[in-house]
Amino acid sequence: MLAATVRVTGDIDLAEECVQDAYARALTSWGVGGVPQKPGAWLTVVARRRAIDLARRDSVRERTLPLLVEPVAAELGDSDAPEIIDDRLRLIFTCCHPAIGTDAQVALTLRLLCGLTTAEVARAFLVSESTMAARITRAKKKIAMARIPFRVPPVAELPSRIDTVLTVVHVLFSTGHTAPAGADLIRRDLVERSLDLARVLRTLLPDDADVAGLLALILLTDARRPSRLGDDGHLVLLPDQDRTRWDRAAIGEGIALVREALARRPPGRFALMAAIAAVHAQASTWEATDWTEIVGIYDLLVDMWPSPVVALNRAVAVGLAEGPAAGLAALDVLGDEPLLATYSYLAAARADFLRQLGRSSDARMAYEEALLLSENAVEREFLLDRLAQLDS
Amino acid sequence: MSEYLILIYGDESASANADVEGANILMKGHQEFGERNAAALRGGNALQPTATATSVRQNASGGFVVTDGAFAETKEALGGYYLVEAADLDEALALAKQVPMPAGGVEVRPIRTFD
Repeated sequence: MLAATVRVTGDIDLAEECVQDAYARALTSWGVGGVPQKPGAWLTVVARRRAIDLARRDSVRERTLPLLVEPVAAELGDSDAPEIIDDRLRLIFTCCHPAIGTDAQVALTLRLLCGLTTAEVARAFLVSESTMAARITRAKKKIAMARIPFRVPPVAELPSRIDTVLTVVHVLFSTGHTAPAGADLIRRDLVERSLDLARVLRTLLPDDADVAGLLALILLTDARRPSRLGDDGHLVLLPDQDRTRWDRAAIGEGIALVREALARRPPGRFALMAAIAAVHAQASTWEATDWTEIVGIYDLLVDMWPSPVVALNRAVAVGLAEGPAAGLAALDVLGDEPLLATYSYLAAARADFLRQLGRSSDARMAYEEALLLSENAVEREFLLDRLAQLDS
Repeated sequence: MSEYLILIYGDESASANADVEGANILMKGHQEFGERNAAALRGGNALQPTATATSVRQNASGGFVVTDGAFAETKEALGGYYLVEAADLDEALALAKQVPMPAGGVEVRPIRTFD
């Protein structure tokens, strides 16, 4: 909705105001006449009409008038209609313009394209809310002041622009896969949106290994969704998931894409991450997983992408391949990493290895630390369960 | 359309040490840039080196302090500029990439307009 409105206003702040205004009107109008058949489309049309009204009234915005000739009536279609996806694509390329700082690109996309609150974006980035608010404001100002265009770049520029966009789509997926805060573990809307975008990017760049890799990664990871939540709404970790419930069609499509992406040299980081997901997808049980293969892929990945979070995942894989003591040693190396200091997974992974080693009191402290750091209700529930098991 | 200032930064010692041939190539480069982008160009100049600069600051008592040299000492100094007209930042960046920049780079700044 925001993406469609930005196309009219050419101004993100103004578009955000119009969207909020549309929600306010919905409260009144839907209360009287009932909820319309396509609430999303209704809101988009109202927000865009508001944008046009404002633009007409405001002589300062005369220069944006050419943008207003786009037909509004056509927008009443399905929210997944091609033109809506095109708007999202334009917005994502705008947010990921090289003239915007790397840190701000992903943050801006999450805020504007996915409607995450500033607090949620801050958590995903492991920074404070005020830092994130300043970063987003600065980026929005730059888009407006420097007139960063709202469009998908020409084909010749796509290869140099795609990497950031892929990173953002990946963060988008990860954020939806495990929501950083709130009552639900999964934010279906974000996952769907990232999948749509990855598919559109694949049609834009059919020969790009990283695009294929990212699409594969999303498909293979999301294929596990039916088994990630127990009947009581609790988080079910990979070892305990019912693998017969995994989406075999998505896995088949994902594995074909991984093969294609790995055939290109050097394999990109998303292709490697997808390859890890493919190893899981092909194992009939947790015990049957080829952990040595997974550690081998992580070794390549850490070389290519020295991110502390990747190093953390590698350390966990080492523990599974070589036992909890080796895993704990690999995690301890990461203890000084400032970016991980507020990351609940590091504490949770340590806690699990300590529990397996029978060091109950150390494990308890680590679980408690993880609890302090996690704001996702389902994840917290899981950690509390583990704590209770230690006591029994 | 919007206006952008393209500020050209470079290592002054490198251009001071350039031979006649190098200077000629640079001059020719700017000439070609000007001809190719005449429609977008609103102005532009080359500056004398920072050794010729004089800085003026206001002091606390309302007077002025005049000092020899550029405002900030940097390895890469402002050596010239173009004022261009462009539809958006991408168009301005496309122009910026054509500016000869043998010993440095350019900075693109949108011109602020007051309503």
